[in-house]
Amino acid sequence: MAALGSPVRTLRGLLRELRHMNAATGRSYRDTAAYRYLVKAFRAHRVTSEKLCRAQHELHFQAATYLCLLRSIREHVALHQEFHGKGERSVEESAGLVGLKLPQQPGGKGWEP
Amino acid sequence: MWRCCLRLRDAGRRLLNQPRGALTASVGPGPNPLSAARAYAPPTERKRFYQNVSITQGEGGFEINLDHRKLKTPQAKLFTVPSEALAIAVATEWDSQQDTIKFYTMHLTTLCNTSLDNPTQRNKDQLIQAAVKFLDTDTICYRVEEPATLVELQRNEWDPVIEWAEQRYDVEIGSSTSIMGPSIPARTRDVLASHLASYNMWALQGIEFVVTQLKSMVLTLGLMDRRLTVEQAVLLSRLEEEYQIQKWGHVAWAHDYELQELRARTAAGTLFAHLCSESATVKHKLLQQ
Repeated sequence: MAALGSPVRTLRGLLRELRHMNAATGRSYRDTAAYRYLVKAFRAHRVTSEKLCRAQHELHFQAATYLCLLRSIREHVALHQEFHGKGERSVEESAGLVGLKLPQQPGGKGWEP
Repeated sequence: MWRCCLRLRDAGRRLLNQPRGALTASVGPGPNPLSAARAYAPPTERKRFYQNVSITQGEGGFEINLDHRKLKTPQAKLFTVPSEALAIAVATEWDSQQDTIKFYTMHLTTLCNTSLDNPTQRNKDQLIQAAVKFLDTDTICYRVEEPATLVELQRNEWDPVIEWAEQRYDVEIGSSTSIMGPSIPARTRDVLASHLASYNMWALQGIEFVVTQLKSMVLTLGLMDRRLTVEQAVLLSRLEEEYQIQKWGHVAWAHDYELQELRARTAAGTLFAHLCSESATVKHKLLQQ
């Protein structure tokens, strides 16, 4: 069985991701269906006296998987926008990346129509 | 002289393209040669055309509404999912899109669409065979012979997972350093195929997706049995890459980008498979109360 750490930690991580998602819209993340569902599910499966509760572990595994999904998507989008979001670089930009400049020819190259 | 050749070639191409050009001209303005699709153009995005996302329970399951319009699949079927948690996760995906809809980040929606439309037209047996086929070339069964540190790393990290799978399913898997890969006994294949057959079509779509992402059947079994977390499974799948990164250096726009994308896809497939095969356990709990 995979070690997942404390469920409270996972819930906190999930709420953090929900907050990130709703930061741009201006609405509170507490109004979302996802928030209500998560809090309800975590409350219903609170720690029991049993040392190993299978149903609880299943839910916690799902929560940890969902947390991984949300976090990776956020980081993937951030990397995408930084490095891949603008499409292909122009010849000038690519040359600039390695410290080169394209040659300038004031009178044109002579063979344009 | 080569300029003349170029011009000739261009003229020839224009002649060849004439009939097609004439056709497009009748439909609308001809294609602008400068705006032709580039190889590395960013993936398509659409403007967010809705304000509110909500969920309703219909006959076939849970449906998603974007402002009062029902969400449809690419083949124009009604978008319905069997589990409430999955519907909420999909609705959250749609709601979290800001100015533009980034389809390449909506893995759960994509998986639901694949299950609903089944664009590859495969049946259950074909899905299972496609997944089991990965055993022949399973990432964690292929070992290197050098360098010694990588050999040791692979042995220490991958062997426990293989041993676990062999015990859990009572089969023989093994590993190999040969280019031909390990020889998997026919019985192993049969046992795992019959195990996969216990999942429904939706869950199988998720499982096959994870197998193709991780390039490993054994790691996927570990995820399905909740033996490995997504982070662990992805790390094990990329073990050699991580080793090379430690040796040669780390590049954010390639290594991190791939890592996060692989994690997101694997997590989506795993969650999808678990949520879609869940109904049995939920009924069980209701009975107990």
